[in-house]
Amino acid sequence: MTFPGTPTLRITRAQHRTIIGHCFDGLPDEACGLLGGPAIGAMEEPTGVITEVFPTRNADASSRTYTVDGKDMLRAMRTMDERGEVLVGCWHSHTHTEAYPSPTDVRTATANPNWIYVIVSLKPEHGAPVLRAYRIRDGAVAEVPVELMG
Amino acid sequence: MPVEVRLPTLLRQYTDGTASVTADGATIGEVFAAIVGQYPGLGGQLIDDSGSLHKFVNVYVNDEDIRYLDSLGTPVAEGDVVSILPAVAGG
Ligand SMILES: [Zn+2]
Repeated sequence: MTFPGTPTLRITRAQHRTIIGHCFDGLPDEACGLLGGPAIGAMEEPTGVITEVFPTRNADASSRTYTVDGKDMLRAMRTMDERGEVLVGCWHSHTHTEAYPSPTDVRTATANPNWIYVIVSLKPEHGAPVLRAYRIRDGAVAEVPVELMG
Repeated sequence: MPVEVRLPTLLRQYTDGTASVTADGATIGEVFAAIVGQYPGLGGQLIDDSGSLHKFVNVYVNDEDIRYLDSLGTPVAEGDVVSILPAVAGG
């Protein structure tokens, strides 16, 4: 399924490398980070363009859960404030499962219904990392297309 | 002592779209009680049923996360900026 008005997530190859690299660096724990970019309107609808990728610490230091470190979150928010842009999503790794939101991911996706949730699977059977993106609203999951730029 | 409280996008629906409100209080708990008095819709968003800080929000006094201070008992002084952000977590 898709939600109406779903943007395409547009990330550069360099941003993709930053995300994947941080996910590998976090092993054996899950890794996480934030996405910043332009957004439209009071509910901050992302255009899909990402201008900043913020690797953050996983405050849980866990292979099963993640919590974006509070200070890293504040710093990222301020950086986007200065740019006149906003945080538009987040990303985290699944070390041994698919790049699809877990029941916990669905339950805890409360930041903004317009946020884009990127999940990177490092499941060894895939041979290479798999990056996919979603919107999560009221318990429903919809895939967001991802386009690699440059 | 008035302090400024900056609200995240999702909570602005309870404050007529206002991103920043001013409230009096000597602690975070008192400041929150004051802003919930002004904007009752914020009530269940900041404090959970047991009276603790809601787990889906992060609250900072200036740069410090109040979970590592005294949570709702954290003191505030005039000129402090209280920032509320969504907590970002999952599994
Ligand atoms: Zn997950």
